[in-house]
Amino acid sequence: MKKYICDVCGWIYDPETGDPDSGIAPGTAFEDIPDDWECPECGVGKDDFSVIED
Amino acid sequence: MNITLKEGIDWVGYIDWTVRDFHGYKTESGSTYNSYLIRDEKNAVIDAVKAPYVHKLVEHIEALTPLESIDYVVCNHAEPDHSGGLPGLMKACPNATLVCNEKCKVALEKHYDTSAWKWQVVEDGDTLSLGKRTLQFINTPMVHWPESMFSYVPEEKLLFSMDAFGQHYASAFRFDDEEPLDVILHEAKAYYANIVMLYGRPISQTMERAAELEIEMIAPSHGVIWRSHLKEVFAAYQKYVVCKPRPKVIVLYASMWKATEKMAEAILEGAQECGVEAQFFNVDSTHATRIVTEVLDCAAIAIGSPTLNNSLMPAMAGVLCYMSGLRPTNKAGFAFGSYGWSKRGGAAAVEEAMKEMKIDILRESIRSQYVPTEEILEECREAGRMLGKYAEQFAKD
Ligand SMILES: [Fe+2]
Ligand SMILES: [Fe+2]
Ligand SMILES: [Fe+2]
Repeated sequence: MKKYICDVCGWIYDPETGDPDSGIAPGTAFEDIPDDWECPECGVGKDDFSVIED
Repeated sequence: MNITLKEGIDWVGYIDWTVRDFHGYKTESGSTYNSYLIRDEKNAVIDAVKAPYVHKLVEHIEALTPLESIDYVVCNHAEPDHSGGLPGLMKACPNATLVCNEKCKVALEKHYDTSAWKWQVVEDGDTLSLGKRTLQFINTPMVHWPESMFSYVPEEKLLFSMDAFGQHYASAFRFDDEEPLDVILHEAKAYYANIVMLYGRPISQTMERAAELEIEMIAPSHGVIWRSHLKEVFAAYQKYVVCKPRPKVIVLYASMWKATEKMAEAILEGAQECGVEAQFFNVDSTHATRIVTEVLDCAAIAIGSPTLNNSLMPAMAGVLCYMSGLRPTNKAGFAFGSYGWSKRGGAAAVEEAMKEMKIDILRESIRSQYVPTEEILEECREAGRMLGKYAEQFAKD
């Protein structure tokens, strides 16, 4: 599972930790996050995230 | 007025003594929009001012160097309090190239007619030589907008920090050691709480990067320039980024016929009995600007509203909307309020808003049908004592 970075604010989605505050359980792949989810830092949608290639 | 930061580097901005409303922030002390001029083999202006005052900026530059001699205009932040003057400045300086990052360019193009501008787009870490001195650019997303960046002059150990470390504070002086320290630190705190409290995480990341630089002077885009008290403002920011609580209780309320006010007074009495610092704000008499400034470092908060039209008081709703957007952390408390017949309103709506803000709810809300009885007032006092003890303990941990 890959990490994703918010292009607007730089917040990083790590699938290992998820985003529990918004109901995204640890272990959730970015692709499986619902489409109405928003960046917890700046409020943009999934479209504004880019995959981090390792 | 001394405007010289370093030899050949001067303040050329505008002191806005009369502004009292900065997009909702009640700027009781006015503000300044700081622009700076660096004269070297190449001349650069760092940031502009609000649009109506660009003629003053141009005047200040012209007093020091011909407008034709300006080679670069650096834009650290696209918000109109700093970029509004750019169209006028770029017109006045025919040989100037606008220097900014890609996100900033996109934002400026969505604000202004930039068709005649020459651009130089810079990336994080890029440098621009001015001759004896260099400008180094550091992206600082969300401090305060996505495109925000710092400009650093290593030869002078000087950081142009844009909104970070700023204060909405108009003054006849440009430097931190020319003003009482407690006053400017308070203004820096108010600025942090009202403008960037929600971006504690990116700000602490930015501070970590700044700590790697040698810095003798911080020139923000609002208020005084830090040259003698950098340590103090850095230490303050370190606390702000985590909303570090002091042993302090806030009782915040709205009232219609003084029933909720009586409850608020009883909660205050209880907290005061603990010997803890307790503050008391009615949303009708205290502006949201002051309220969130105080919320930043409180440990515990009781919030009350009576029931109006089956909901809470609109003035309280406005304050809670503002506060929740600013995302204070590390707070706990409870809700209270009076009602007539509908238990759905007042206290319930406040508690809902507090949960949404992730304020830890310490007890069930206290509700009074119409005027509070002595029994309810004693419950309020007891809850106030509990809040006071909690604040003392929590701030210690
Ligand atoms: Fe984001
Ligand atoms: Fe800003
Ligand atoms: Fe600003």
